Amino acid sequence: MSNVIEVKDLTKRYGPITAVDNISFRVERGEILGFLGPNGAGKTTTMRVITGYMPPTEGRVIVAGFDVLDQPIDAKKRTGYLPETPPLYPDMTVRDYLLFVAAIKNVPRVNRKAKVDQTLERARVTDMADRYCWKLSKGYRQRVGIAQALIHDPDVLVLDEPTAGLDPKQIIETRQLIKDLAGDHTIVLSTHILPEVSQTCQRVVIINKGQVVAVDTPDNLTAQVGNSEVVYLKIDTLGTNVTPTLAAVPGVTNIFTTETNGTVVSFQVETQQGDDIRQQLAAAVINQGSGLLELRPMQVSLEEVFLSLITEEAPEESVLEGNHE
Amino acid sequence: MNNILAIAKKELHYYFGSPIGWVVIGLFTTLFGLFFLPGLSFFLQQSLSVMSMGAGAPPMNVNQHLIGPSIGNMAVTLLLVLPIVTMRTFSEEKRSGTIELLLTSPITDVEIIFGKFIAAMGLYAAMLAATLIPIVALYAFGTPEWKPLLTTYLGIFLFGGCFISLGLFISSRTKNQIIAAMWTFAMFLMLWIINWGASFMGPMSQAVVNYLALVDHLEDFTRGIIDTEHLIYYLSFIAFGLFLTVRSMDSERWRG
Repeated sequence: MSNVIEVKDLTKRYGPITAVDNISFRVERGEILGFLGPNGAGKTTTMRVITGYMPPTEGRVIVAGFDVLDQPIDAKKRTGYLPETPPLYPDMTVRDYLLFVAAIKNVPRVNRKAKVDQTLERARVTDMADRYCWKLSKGYRQRVGIAQALIHDPDVLVLDEPTAGLDPKQIIETRQLIKDLAGDHTIVLSTHILPEVSQTCQRVVIINKGQVVAVDTPDNLTAQVGNSEVVYLKIDTLGTNVTPTLAAVPGVTNIFTTETNGTVVSFQVETQQGDDIRQQLAAAVINQGSGLLELRPMQVSLEEVFLSLITEEAPEESVLEGNHE
Repeated sequence: MNNILAIAKKELHYYFGSPIGWVVIGLFTTLFGLFFLPGLSFFLQQSLSVMSMGAGAPPMNVNQHLIGPSIGNMAVTLLLVLPIVTMRTFSEEKRSGTIELLLTSPITDVEIIFGKFIAAMGLYAAMLAATLIPIVALYAFGTPEWKPLLTTYLGIFLFGGCFISLGLFISSRTKNQIIAAMWTFAMFLMLWIINWGASFMGPMSQAVVNYLALVDHLEDFTRGIIDTEHLIYYLSFIAFGLFLTVRSMDSERWRG
């Protein structure tokens, strides 16, 4: 597989502030790469370097075979970019706007009209084609922003927080749109919303304070953090002590009491990864004579992965080990 | 070249697709008319008194005594109007984020700047064209010479070009349009009055400030003279303004 984007030892400083500190990663053809990090982690800066908006302070970025610093025009011809705020001109209609973008993106004059119609269709904004940009709702602005990035059929699409500020329905539509585009384009999208990554991306780069903390698939990242599985239990103890009973179940490694409300107690029971002891737990509780109110497996969410990776106490070694595998 | 035209077209679309271009042209022409009308009345009164002096007196020259001063007044109006034309060129793109579209498109900074410059000059040319109406009307009643008229308009066109090129540079330095307009206005007023104190200076500095004074270079043009000294002054001023804009965009890029 060929790398469409290659970021090598990229550093970007704004005066004394280092926004991006020596990061490297690759994106393969046809892939959707999620760029995840808290606000101010350096996501936008990295994207701006990839798209040629600003040059790197150190390091190299190669897009579709062209260095963004040495051959910026060639690299830009192959890149579509949706900044955080869609770059629309309020006094233009959507169609005029896209015609202008097509012109500066070097779409040949004869193809421009057809290309605009086709792109309107792809980004699902055909019904707004003759509307002025300032009249568009936030959701449509975002779609016109995507249309603008698509118009010259770029190899690479860079989307900076494409779902920020949209309502839930629009978010789902936008995600679907991005997935549909993935076949023809290599996509890099940034977000600070975790479910978005697990739903749309094949690979995730987690970045914090300008440094890459992990690169992996969403599933692997989830697996990495817990080498344990957790079962949530809500039990009406009827005044008895359930903890020894639970501890006696084979496979249990740890027990936490999370909430006590009268005689009703909530537990989190940890077991080794891969052990499913839900049946045994349920049997133990019932045999002991307590009332089992609730029992469910707890999934380690990307949120937890994320927090464990970006907090100082995080076991960085295990993360890095996972990386090399 | 196609990229330059695409940018210029977009800018002209902005000027003429919104009320801005029309308001600027309308008000500029109105102000010109307000200067022109008393000038015309005064000219008529003077001509009458010259004629009453008898056959020996030479007739008043329309070009020198009416058109020339009117254009001088027009230059004052430009001092106020042109900063409004250029203030948004880059500031607005930076504030609204559309600069990200331009800078990530396969076009060069120079193409962007030229496109914007050409469009602003286009609007300015339309403003000047509108002021020709009362002047052309003079031909119905008299015989102004057309050659000095042409050089006068060439002079004022280049004079405005200086405003526009420096205005572009100033606009590229800030996100705030008001600040851009204020700076542009202040810079030009300074260049205008720079030699007012010249008589109190030494011969060397006197020569320098006199050369720098923007409006003084216009005088020969209004007399029908195209002096290369003034032509070069204006052209190099424009080139310098555009050069500063290129440098400014480049440094903004690095600074982020």
